[in-house]
Amino acid sequence: MEQPILEVKNLSIDYPISIGTVEAVRDVSFSLKEGESLGFVGESGCGKSTLGLSLLQLLRPPGQIVAGEMYYYGKDLLKMKAEEVRKLRGNNIAMVFQNPLTSLDPLYSIEDQFFETLKEHEPKITREEAAERAGKVLEDLSIDKDRLYEYPHQLSGGMRQRIMIGLGLILDPDLLIADEPTTSLDVIVEAGFIDLLARLKKEYNISLILISHNLGLVAEIADRIAVMYGGKLMEVGNAEDIFARPMHPYTEGLIGCVPNIKMDQEKLVSMPGSPPDLVNPPSGCRFSPRCPKVMDICTEKEPPLKTHKDGRQVACWLHDEAN
Amino acid sequence: MEDLIKIKNLKKNFPVQKGFLDQLFAGKKKSFVHAVDDISFEIKKGEVLGLAGESGSGKSTTGRLLLKLLDPTEGVIEYNGENLAVKSSKEMRIFREKMQVVFQDPNSSLSPRMRVGDAIGHPLKIHTALTMDERKTRVMELMERVGLSPASFLYYKYPHQLSGGQSQRVVLARALVTHPEFVVADEPIAMADVSVRAMILELMKELKEEFNLTYLFVTHDLSTAKYICDRIAIMYLGRIVEIGNTRELFDHPHHPYTKALLAAVPVPDPTQRRTEEIPRGEIPSAIDPPSGCHFHPRCKYARPECSQGRPPLKEVSEGHFSSCILET
Repeated sequence: MEQPILEVKNLSIDYPISIGTVEAVRDVSFSLKEGESLGFVGESGCGKSTLGLSLLQLLRPPGQIVAGEMYYYGKDLLKMKAEEVRKLRGNNIAMVFQNPLTSLDPLYSIEDQFFETLKEHEPKITREEAAERAGKVLEDLSIDKDRLYEYPHQLSGGMRQRIMIGLGLILDPDLLIADEPTTSLDVIVEAGFIDLLARLKKEYNISLILISHNLGLVAEIADRIAVMYGGKLMEVGNAEDIFARPMHPYTEGLIGCVPNIKMDQEKLVSMPGSPPDLVNPPSGCRFSPRCPKVMDICTEKEPPLKTHKDGRQVACWLHDEAN
Repeated sequence: MEDLIKIKNLKKNFPVQKGFLDQLFAGKKKSFVHAVDDISFEIKKGEVLGLAGESGSGKSTTGRLLLKLLDPTEGVIEYNGENLAVKSSKEMRIFREKMQVVFQDPNSSLSPRMRVGDAIGHPLKIHTALTMDERKTRVMELMERVGLSPASFLYYKYPHQLSGGQSQRVVLARALVTHPEFVVADEPIAMADVSVRAMILELMKELKEEFNLTYLFVTHDLSTAKYICDRIAIMYLGRIVEIGNTRELFDHPHHPYTKALLAAVPVPDPTQRRTEEIPRGEIPSAIDPPSGCHFHPRCKYARPECSQGRPPLKEVSEGHFSSCILET
């Protein structure tokens, strides 16, 4: 079997704070094949963004990785020196953040920001070369070249978002991590953005990790989907299978509570309660207090993430026997 | 059914502040943002009318105009036959009891220093002569109804002690405590988590039946609009481009903009990935909008005549109006 581009094993991340320790991510394992796109979905506070940041070792203190391993093409990311990780960022793995307005420096023109990014990784590059390469990337993103000399405030939200992607792509990475890349965009711009990602995936053979609360968005792009709840993986599987036959009650609830424009829904599924307190997580399965199908064992013992025959992974006592 | 609200030729312009040099050299010509540009529609009693569109389409401004939170530049806002547009803010007071609003972000619409119970009961203090105890009883009943239970416990909490779903319920309860007839809900679930959204939507639907409410539901999310609205008006750059019954509008969209919007909505189902092409570009500036049909520069069906003259809303099927001059 070919080597996965990214492999994460038993990753746990903590945020120690004054009232205890927030168990933000617990025991998460997954791997990503070359050219594949994996979508992480879940509600706010489920640990999906923390997970994304940790892959590039961008966690802000007090966040820290307390257990687990991460490999990029077999290289141990956690054993690398800071300098090596810095080289990897941008050159190999790029990240697009949620809010393009706060991620772009308002005092520098777009050209400056491209130049800075390039210079960091290729110190000998000249301004002209940088501008030329940036111009090419912008054209790919259907932005006019002349926009290079404008400042972030002169651009619309959609354009800023595409510039962010451009900054991520200019160094030709093989893995792009996009954290809620379209939350601040309107539907039409969002749809254009989805098309763009799909095209980039095809043309540049980029692997993609997409982090989002928006099931619709993930359904449009992802080959595989990982559902997170309370810092843990609940279910991982092929996108089509997950939507067609969700196995975990949380996945089922999550899909049922979203209005779907292509369906006539009489009533939306409601999931009473709120996401768990991660300082004192519920015993057993973290979803058990809100689960409509809760059983005795669910509050006592935590269900392991079991792999089923078709490759689907589910952490639920309802599906304990692997079929 | 009779109309609760009827607006005619409503307009709202916001003047644009110009820099000193522009004022000096560009002459005296003032420019305006045409946030709402001559729109008319009515809302029937007991109906949920959705206003949908991208950001900058004027949908929130329309909601605020209807409540007279903003003064219209021109036009008529009839509420039960009375023209609100000409009422002074003092005269508006008696109407405010019957017209309420729920905003997008519950946390910024609640005072952090006011206890939940006091916040919900505040409109009663302003609009009624109820005593403190009577107010409290009414607030507690309503809190239980909207799912803020146990009310006796939550009554004394501050907003920061509540979860996102709870604060949204508080804002809803506060809007409903005076038993209004009409509620403007301006993106009421945009900030909430998906599971909370579903609960709030369900609750709003139930409360509508129970309290005989009429909603104006402002949203950018067409899936949500489809779920809760009886009729939907699609806005683009301050104008209504299409309006009709939800089912009719979704099954037989007429205006190319509506079609584009519908095609762009991501569907939570990987087997239904989009195949249609999405129009390029973004919503233009409302200061100097395109001539004729505002959508023509982005429209793939555009013809020369589209850039000339404002296309009128014409009936394409019963109760379904579109402002596209083409037979599509």
